[in-house]
Amino acid sequence: MAEDQGDIAVDIDHVTKRYGDFTALADVSLAIRSNEFFTLLGPSGCGKTTLLRCIAGFEDITLGAIRLYGDNIVDLPPNKRPVNTVFQQYALFPHMDVTRNVMFGLLRLGQSEAAARKRAGEVLDLVQLTQFADRLPAQLSGGQQQRVALARALAPNPKVLLLDEPLSALDLKLRQAVRLELQQIQQETGITFIFVTHDQEEALTMSDRIAVISDGRLQQIGTARDIYEEPDNKFVADFIGETNLIDVTVAGIDNGQATCTLPGGNHFTCPAAQGAHSGRGHLSVRPERVSLSDPAQGLLTGTVSRLIYLGTDMHVDITLTDGEVVTARVQNSAGTRIPAMGETIGLNFEAGAARLLID
Amino acid sequence: MARKPDLRRFPGFLAVTLLCLFLLYAPLVIVAIYSFNDSPSITLWGGVSLRWYEDVFWGLEADKFKRAAINSLTIAAAAATTATVIATMAATAMLRAGQFRGRSFSFGLISLPLMVPEIVTAVATLIFFSAIGFQTGILSILIAHIVFCIPFAYLPIAARMEGIEDVYEQAAQDLYATKWQAFRLILLPLMTPGIVSGFLLAFIISLDDFIITNFVKGAGVETLPTAIFGAVKQGIKPNIMAISTLLLMVSITFVTLSYFAGRMGQNRKSNPTGET
Repeated sequence: MAEDQGDIAVDIDHVTKRYGDFTALADVSLAIRSNEFFTLLGPSGCGKTTLLRCIAGFEDITLGAIRLYGDNIVDLPPNKRPVNTVFQQYALFPHMDVTRNVMFGLLRLGQSEAAARKRAGEVLDLVQLTQFADRLPAQLSGGQQQRVALARALAPNPKVLLLDEPLSALDLKLRQAVRLELQQIQQETGITFIFVTHDQEEALTMSDRIAVISDGRLQQIGTARDIYEEPDNKFVADFIGETNLIDVTVAGIDNGQATCTLPGGNHFTCPAAQGAHSGRGHLSVRPERVSLSDPAQGLLTGTVSRLIYLGTDMHVDITLTDGEVVTARVQNSAGTRIPAMGETIGLNFEAGAARLLID
Repeated sequence: MARKPDLRRFPGFLAVTLLCLFLLYAPLVIVAIYSFNDSPSITLWGGVSLRWYEDVFWGLEADKFKRAAINSLTIAAAAATTATVIATMAATAMLRAGQFRGRSFSFGLISLPLMVPEIVTAVATLIFFSAIGFQTGILSILIAHIVFCIPFAYLPIAARMEGIEDVYEQAAQDLYATKWQAFRLILLPLMTPGIVSGFLLAFIISLDDFIITNFVKGAGVETLPTAIFGAVKQGIKPNIMAISTLLLMVSITFVTLSYFAGRMGQNRKSNPTGET
């Protein structure tokens, strides 16, 4: 993992993109470090692909600046930007064989035929496609086409590689294999990757850092761990994994610790996201951090309203007295007491497992 | 699933179909058959022979027809080439330049010649040429042909271009190609089948044209259709059937080629998901 914080590869500086009345990106600022595997994560239509296309140069931005190693590139056409893209549909040139596809960018950069051919051979070796060098794209499987697209974009040794949901067209098994491969290639080449996906699992497993985007706005930036364990707002907490959002009343926040009243009247102190405020609010508690106990010892009490057996664990829905539903994920290990439907039960979680969100 | 009504069950379907086919093709078939007639009559059958084909190539009127055929082929080749170039540029502007003011108007303008009655175009073109004092002859025919060939070349070219996603050109530009290189190295090769198809269609339209040609050709210059018309005016001889059959063959060949060219390469598109 690259931790050279001083070296910023791509600086997205207050970027706004509007199409007529529609705002696709609203004042987005983020800095992507050199050699980082950086992911833009969000639901479809959130603006993540638009941001990628702004970096590549296929879209003009309305306001702001995009700097590549300090140089503002917003006025450069795509062919003058030292970044390459792996397209979602791959966009391999159907009339050229694999080698010709990979050589394309090198030849445009003025390399000789021989030099380009040699480099294409190296890159195809890196993605393990040497024996398919003479095939046309239509003669390759989806996974192989995806690797050609990657090789073609890597060949010119770009300063930044942009990947637009490159795995979405592959089936699940292949996707998991390619994930590892992509990560490995990123580490071997040391090229900064900006990866766009709507798949949180993809984002969590591959990225050094993740930017969560929704409705054209940046929601949170952080490592997979930061984003999962310390979500800032309801959107992030809900979009990444599953979570319980518990209605609370916040008496005050002191030194990052919120004192709040849980449904049922118990008082509870837990960390608060920076920017959270007093009054009505929400705690995020992951289902796997909720444990079951006797009603008398619970922070919350309710009745079991749904049980889902999942093999390694159980999904237990508990309806609180005020009607809210909290989900617990109980490990199916020896000695675990499996609650019964309709049983009144207590719920517990540690202070570190809960977080007051920005509302 | 709602079943579509089976057309074949309508009463009289077979009769109507046969009648239509008969009216469309019987004259052509009869001309083709009688072109092999060994009799100087156009109605009496006198056995099979190639004498009228010999007459076309080596007979009394052979020189006239040869000159007309050379004129026709030269004009068709030049008109189709020029029209194809213009149509390719027009399609690129219409489909790749994004939205611009007057885009639908431009499309209307391109396809207008398909809807204007040909006789109107013919008269207008003749008036135009005489108004500007343009000498009628081969060149005036050529210019008129280029103009009405453009929409015929445009349609298959534009249809093909519409089927090519612009992500290929974006990929090319992303890989450091200028817009011109993206066009020449990526879009143009992918469009080739449409361009060939458009060229062949324009060629045959030019080769077959009579009305406009007849108006703007000037004295003494003949194309094959006007030469045939001229010959027919003095009475139909069987050699006209032979030459018509030859022209029909050329037409069928070109239209067939155009059709296959348009379909060519459609299975070669990059297809990541394996779906179509």
